[in-house]
Amino acid sequence: MISRTAIYVLWLREMKRFLRAKSRIFGTVAMPLFFLAFLGMGFRKIAVPGMTEEVDSFLFLVPGILGMNLLFSSTFGGLSVLWDREFGFLKEIMVAPVSRISIVMGRIAGGVTTALIQGLFILGISTLLGFRIKSFLSLGMAIVFMILISVAFLGLGLIFASKMKDMQGFSMVMNFVIFPLFFLSGAIFPVENFPSWLRYIAHLDPLTYGVDGLRGVLAGISSYSILFNFVMMVGLAMVMIFLGAYFFEKSESV
Amino acid sequence: MKAIQVKNLTKNFNGIVAVDNITFDVDTGELFGLLGPNGAGKTTTINMLSTLLKKTSGSGTVAGFDISKNKDDVRRSIGVVFQEPALDTKLTGRENLEFHSMMYGIGKEDRKARIRDVLNLVDLAEKERVLVEKYSGGMKRRLEIARGLIHRPKVLFLDEPTLGLDAQTRRHIWDYIKRLNRETDVTIILTTHYMEEADFLCSRIAIMDQGKFVALGSPSMLKDILGGDVVTLEFEGRADELINLMESLEWIKTLTQYNGHLTLTLEKGERRIPELINLANKNDVKVTCVQLRKPSLEDVFLHYTGRTIRQEEASQTERNKSMMRSRMGRRR
Repeated sequence: MISRTAIYVLWLREMKRFLRAKSRIFGTVAMPLFFLAFLGMGFRKIAVPGMTEEVDSFLFLVPGILGMNLLFSSTFGGLSVLWDREFGFLKEIMVAPVSRISIVMGRIAGGVTTALIQGLFILGISTLLGFRIKSFLSLGMAIVFMILISVAFLGLGLIFASKMKDMQGFSMVMNFVIFPLFFLSGAIFPVENFPSWLRYIAHLDPLTYGVDGLRGVLAGISSYSILFNFVMMVGLAMVMIFLGAYFFEKSESV
Repeated sequence: MKAIQVKNLTKNFNGIVAVDNITFDVDTGELFGLLGPNGAGKTTTINMLSTLLKKTSGSGTVAGFDISKNKDDVRRSIGVVFQEPALDTKLTGRENLEFHSMMYGIGKEDRKARIRDVLNLVDLAEKERVLVEKYSGGMKRRLEIARGLIHRPKVLFLDEPTLGLDAQTRRHIWDYIKRLNRETDVTIILTTHYMEEADFLCSRIAIMDQGKFVALGSPSMLKDILGGDVVTLEFEGRADELINLMESLEWIKTLTQYNGHLTLTLEKGERRIPELINLANKNDVKVTCVQLRKPSLEDVFLHYTGRTIRQEEASQTERNKSMMRSRMGRRR
């Protein structure tokens, strides 16, 4: 049922495309760096509810920007099905005798890897700029959260890609889904600062738990326990990927 | 065994019938053509047979497998060359072929040999390490045909294989297709709106119009339906009396008149020409030019639909244009 070769070759294709698209690598890494640089300089200190002292904004921002990058690159990764449809390659994939679930898994493998590469790159640069990762354990846990965030939003991208016929709806998704998810997640300001009604909405945003988890393991600041964030992320990632795979299976490729 | 069996196959897109209750069989090793204007339902038929689209009703088998129940078996048995290019342009030619071979579960050693074989077949061995985005239209087409063959399909679908290619490349691809069909026993189904392509390549043709089959048979059989030859007379003067007279003659099968031309179909055209000119002279019509030809598939299409494929194409573009206009109007 699940073809490992198919998953591997879909992953390999994604890697080759990623490494050949220099501008894409630059673009996806440059934006978070601008955010880090300007927001980091602009805020300096940030008051986090529950913490007695103000914390260095850089410490607060790095996990948030990391989450942002994972959100964007993974959702686009899911939406890349639309590019394949536009350029016809989706038909080549869909007419092949491999189970649809293998195709979804191949795409996820590729999407997670590219998102992870970008994420680690941002972490690396942040370290150079003075961000201290506590231990290898916290780096390992951060990677787990990064994978979970990536899987969840690849699923989201797949859902949209399956429901849209062409690139027309792309900016809609961008403006009305990705940006709200980003701002609601607490990536650049604490969710606790929101008015209470907005806080409820923020709690429906998978990225909230992802960013909080990353902040917990990387910076030691979090609203919820790391375990709670982890459980929420596992659940949400599973739901999203299941829905993504379901809609992808249902959609017609021509 | 039949390579393809289709019974009452129908596809409905939100109330618009794209394929309307078609039934046909294709024998193993046959080169079968679907001929018709754009929008006739050819591609939709191919998409249903290759499991990319769900049928609305009816049934179909490809290589003995049901197209809706045994999708994976169907997929394993077919190769498809789509109308629009379906290559990853950011990969090289070879990488596209490797991707395909791996998706079809071909092992490493086999893969190497087969990729070399198909690249040689389509003369692309020298360009294998070039990114596909640098390929010309003809090269892309050839690469796609090569790709469709790697996994040795029992049935190969070619959807408008020479669309948008120059005459020379088209000729090359025709030769490939013929040779392929002759040398391997792959069954080939191709769609086209070029009459001469269907005529040259196919052993049997189904003429399709507005989702339906209007005729099915070998090219020569289809042309024989018209009964003999097509004679066109160019004339000066009024021909009303002559036309009346000709219409009463039994050996003239069909007659159409348009600005100074008379097109007739009749048997043994070359023997009838003197007689026709005599008739014209007697009725004070001066014949200035005579043309005799064997009927083409275009004439067959005209016979069955009352339109030529070219007219159909023209009206199609006209429709598209007016649709664009109305859309743009709304936006404003």
